[in-house]
Amino acid sequence: MITKRIIPCLDVRDGRVVKGVNFGNIKNVADPEELAARYGAEGADELVFYDITASSDGRRMFTDVLSRTASHVFIPLTAGGGIRTLSDFDRVLKCGADKVSVNSGAIDDPSLIGEAARLYGDQCVVISVDVKRVNGVFTVFSKGGRCDTGLEAIEWIKRCVGSGAGEVVVNSIDTDGVKRGFDTELLSAVCAAVTVPVIASGGAGSADDFTDLFKKVPDVSAGLAASVFHFGEVGIKELKKKMRENGIEVRL
Amino acid sequence: MTVIVDYGVGNLFSLCSSLSYIGAESAVSSDPRVIRRADRLILPGVGAFGDAAEKLKMTGLGAAVKAAAGDGVPLLGICLGMQLLLDMSHEYGEHEGLGLIKGEVVPLKSVIRPGLSIPHIGWNSLGILKRDPLYKNVPDGAFVYFVHSYCAASRDSASAVTDYGGEVVASVQSGSVYGCQFHPEKSGETGLEILRSFTEL
Repeated sequence: MITKRIIPCLDVRDGRVVKGVNFGNIKNVADPEELAARYGAEGADELVFYDITASSDGRRMFTDVLSRTASHVFIPLTAGGGIRTLSDFDRVLKCGADKVSVNSGAIDDPSLIGEAARLYGDQCVVISVDVKRVNGVFTVFSKGGRCDTGLEAIEWIKRCVGSGAGEVVVNSIDTDGVKRGFDTELLSAVCAAVTVPVIASGGAGSADDFTDLFKKVPDVSAGLAASVFHFGEVGIKELKKKMRENGIEVRL
Repeated sequence: MTVIVDYGVGNLFSLCSSLSYIGAESAVSSDPRVIRRADRLILPGVGAFGDAAEKLKMTGLGAAVKAAAGDGVPLLGICLGMQLLLDMSHEYGEHEGLGLIKGEVVPLKSVIRPGLSIPHIGWNSLGILKRDPLYKNVPDGAFVYFVHSYCAASRDSASAVTDYGGEVVASVQSGSVYGCQFHPEKSGETGLEILRSFTEL
């Protein structure tokens, strides 16, 4: 049977890995290529590279990092950040990304997902959604969590999947950076609404948070995190061993 | 020299990088003459079967691949490239494949139990049925990376299967023609081992 995936996420700015708390307070952590190779060797199932630069120089550094990593780390790589057009898809796919994650770009231009899915296949298109509760309603935020779009999250995700998104990354702004566990309520609602794989993001603080996630939301396909891995608070090898001890299928 | 057949479908970056990483000499070509001179051929592919089959036909690359395989040149199809080796596919209509391996391609949902995510994306374990040369250094149960919504219909030509709410063909083999539904270039050490064994044929 298919295994649950553990996915470290590398937020890259000016060629370096950074990670914020509640999307603010960015700290510089390490060299992305080095970190990616370490995660690959420790048994990460996939890697996500997220470009958080806006300048064209930064973007070039990002694609350099991506292609250097893709030439010696042979696990699936997803690239995201600033994906707004089909030529952005093309740019990162040529650098070795296997999947492309779209967030604000799909909100600004909802036809982007369908066009990309037709051109590159559903499996290539990942919709990434930043969700926050507003008066008890799961609401989509854009621009790195700064802008309330007014869109209801579950409806938005269903619409994206209907247009051809092959995977969904659900990032809970309410739990992100807090390190008290994933947003299982939100994730259960998303898993019940779509049949494509759902990746949980935001809130991991310990190995137990991952085992809790897969036990409470058995339909979730993967857990994604950044800082707990970057700062060595959770080791990937130990985490996957612990998952197996808890009866969760993993690749060891 | 291993030649990767370039017919404008999918991303060859990882495949090229993985071959150079294991030290195998390789080239990418869309020239039927180069295909005919290759020591080994890899047929990659991502996307829809119908489009890909059409491109293989239009460019003359399909005929070149078939002729080379007929001469006994080892051929490895990957993902959609594996499906193209079969007789036909039921993906959005009916489309003819290269017919190098007996069998048909059907929607994954027709062979697995309902309720599971499609596409089948992720790491799954190999149940090796035939010890073909590609698996000489791969233990039964090793994990490989899958991304697909269609699959080979029957296990008749299967060399390995995987379990995704039902038995799913993971690889096929007939003579010197091989096909992997999974992506060896994305399957870590196990995948590199499979590619290494292929480039040593």
